[in-house]
Amino acid sequence: MDLNLTKEELAFRDELRAWLANNLPKDWNEWREKPIEESFPYLRAWQRRLQDGRWAAVSWPKEYGGRGATLMEQAIFWEEMARVEAPPMANSLGLGLIGPTIIAYGTEAQKKRYIPKILSAEEIWCQGFSEPNAGSDLAGLQMEARLDGDHYVVNGQKVWTSYGWIGDWCELVVRTDAVVAKHKGLSVLLVDMKSPGVEVRPLRQMTGESEFNEIFFRDVRVPTENVLGKVNDGWNVAVSTLMYERGSYGARLHLIFKRAITRLIELSRSVQRNGRPAAQDPLIRQKLAQCSAEIEIMRFNQMRAFSRITATGVPGPEGSIQKIFWSELNQRLQQIAQELLGPYGQLLGGDPRAVDKGIWSYGYLRTRGNTIEAGTSEVQRNIIGHFVLGLPRSY
Amino acid sequence: MEFGLTESQEFLKDSARKFFAGECPSAEMRRLMETDTAYDPTLWSKLTDQGYTGIIFPETLGGVGLGKVELMLLMEEAGRALLPGPFFSTVVLAGTILDAVASLAHKNKYLAPICRGEVRATVAIVESNASWNPRDIHLSVANGKLTGEKLFVSDAAVADFIIVIARNGVFVADSKARGLKISPMRAMDLTRKLYAIEFNETPTEEIGSTANLARAFDIATAALAAELVGGMQRTLDISVEYAKTRKQFGKPIGMFQAVQHQCADMYLETESARSAVYYAGWALEENSPDAATAVSIAKMYASDAGRTVGNRGIQIHGGMGFTWENDIHLYYRRAKGSETAFGDATFHRERIASLVIDSGGVSAKSA
Repeated sequence: MDLNLTKEELAFRDELRAWLANNLPKDWNEWREKPIEESFPYLRAWQRRLQDGRWAAVSWPKEYGGRGATLMEQAIFWEEMARVEAPPMANSLGLGLIGPTIIAYGTEAQKKRYIPKILSAEEIWCQGFSEPNAGSDLAGLQMEARLDGDHYVVNGQKVWTSYGWIGDWCELVVRTDAVVAKHKGLSVLLVDMKSPGVEVRPLRQMTGESEFNEIFFRDVRVPTENVLGKVNDGWNVAVSTLMYERGSYGARLHLIFKRAITRLIELSRSVQRNGRPAAQDPLIRQKLAQCSAEIEIMRFNQMRAFSRITATGVPGPEGSIQKIFWSELNQRLQQIAQELLGPYGQLLGGDPRAVDKGIWSYGYLRTRGNTIEAGTSEVQRNIIGHFVLGLPRSY
Repeated sequence: MEFGLTESQEFLKDSARKFFAGECPSAEMRRLMETDTAYDPTLWSKLTDQGYTGIIFPETLGGVGLGKVELMLLMEEAGRALLPGPFFSTVVLAGTILDAVASLAHKNKYLAPICRGEVRATVAIVESNASWNPRDIHLSVANGKLTGEKLFVSDAAVADFIIVIARNGVFVADSKARGLKISPMRAMDLTRKLYAIEFNETPTEEIGSTANLARAFDIATAALAAELVGGMQRTLDISVEYAKTRKQFGKPIGMFQAVQHQCADMYLETESARSAVYYAGWALEENSPDAATAVSIAKMYASDAGRTVGNRGIQIHGGMGFTWENDIHLYYRRAKGSETAFGDATFHRERIASLVIDSGGVSAKSA
């Protein structure tokens, strides 16, 4: 056990810091609150700039434009990005989830065709997994792909698709065999979102925004050469994408949460409670301390998990701990903010009396999604129960 | 950065687990808990042979000279076995305090025999106000004599000497000394006995100042949290095993999500407590500026989690969990004792608050 950075890790961090010092855009603050439709070209440009420095996909192998970074270096990357409050990258799903899946399962022709344009943000990717009747029970998805000569004909609906509105391509999980057991009849198709029959609609969520889309497919023709991996092996391909979802990206959460609790502590000094600053109220102090401590524990858990994955080579089901921990912690953090702010906590951005431009009312609502998106807490507990503790499958 | 254990740390943990399983299985632990002191001289000499009585102390004093992370690993395994007797009191508590505050002459006199396994010792800290805050210690020594009462002193009945934390210094009293009376306090944990000690003009020897106590207390506190983690792991293991084998409605009860998710939460709490404890051990070893915060984070989390893991484990066992014959309540009892010792979660949350709210905060070492 040695939590000091190694020589290589320090060199990696310093190189990144030096690059950021010269290349981080200075005007992100003017853009960050604009609707993403407006800022998207800005995010594309930022990603291109990162890739010019070979920083867009540090985890990818060097031959595909990455740096072959270790998990710990990836964690350092996300921490540094959070530290300087860098803008997000436009193609975050392509870089984080779909690119790595194509590198793992794609043919040479597919890698050549798709990978460079993922890196350059020329083609934005989205992910067609969930359906109205297949959320937690993903393997029960129904979207039909019927073979017709050298094409599949796709019919059905996807929901909760991030970046659907801007997506050029979609990693789509479809049913290619309706007869065999449900896990065994799935395949993954790489689908051009400009194909005739694809219709994207915004899905308005409880915060009032539309981060996600519904996508309807009506007789959409997809060439058979666009199957990723083997036909009817789509479950394994999709699961590998989901594993990346629980990877190093979480490393940035520590700083983001820390920034939030630091702000709450600051607010607690000015907010009055029983005639004195809330920072002196024993109950508020207990809650702020508990939350600060859990933010650190989240990071300790993460570092331990990275070391374990580095030793064993594969991200395991232990990632479910992280997912439960950060999502529930984020909700508790927002609840403390509400308690601290009292009636002001409900004020939305735009109201002149809203604290911090309404980030706390927004956060309170948005974090309800945290324990649902990317695998509900219930599914994560099933994964721990069955795959980690060896209990019989409950479903 | 490497948060995994080194090969030699893995080896230490593994051999400790085997040692405790072999020398202190459940039946032996239960036999000892039924005795007055829960102390067994034979087991003690085996602990000594393993080098455990000198684990973190300098080799010049007969110790093994290992680090704080290694101490956490050993305590975790001791906790898993619910090791009865004065190991924590003697080695972790008295030993660490001697190491931190005593002169070389006093170390030779008191710490070296601990390393060699020749003596047992304990530390008297808390008074009738039951506060773990050093500010609330009122007893003081005058003219080398001590008068007053200390409570919740672990394993005092088998201690050869007692270290007394007084307002004006750290003192040693021989347990046979004049005016010193030890009486049992009947407490929940049957494997680590608690005592009240009355001092009446008892002669003492000063061994150091209270100024250097904080770090020793931090090491003991983290070690206690590590012991809690071991108990949590054992509670989790036997609960999962039970959930796999116990059948109701024709199925193993672990197949029901209401039960399975309790197990998942026990796992999450145990692993999180373990991460916090290992980090605290490392921060103490490195003298990291956030060491005190890290210790409070670990003790805070382990104190609460030790209890909730026990709650869940008993519930999963159903009626069996409520019986005397099932070991789970013995871990639950220990967890309560360890929860309050050296400050419960509320105490440590306030300590964290004073570190992060009042003084701007020292954050965990980050990349």
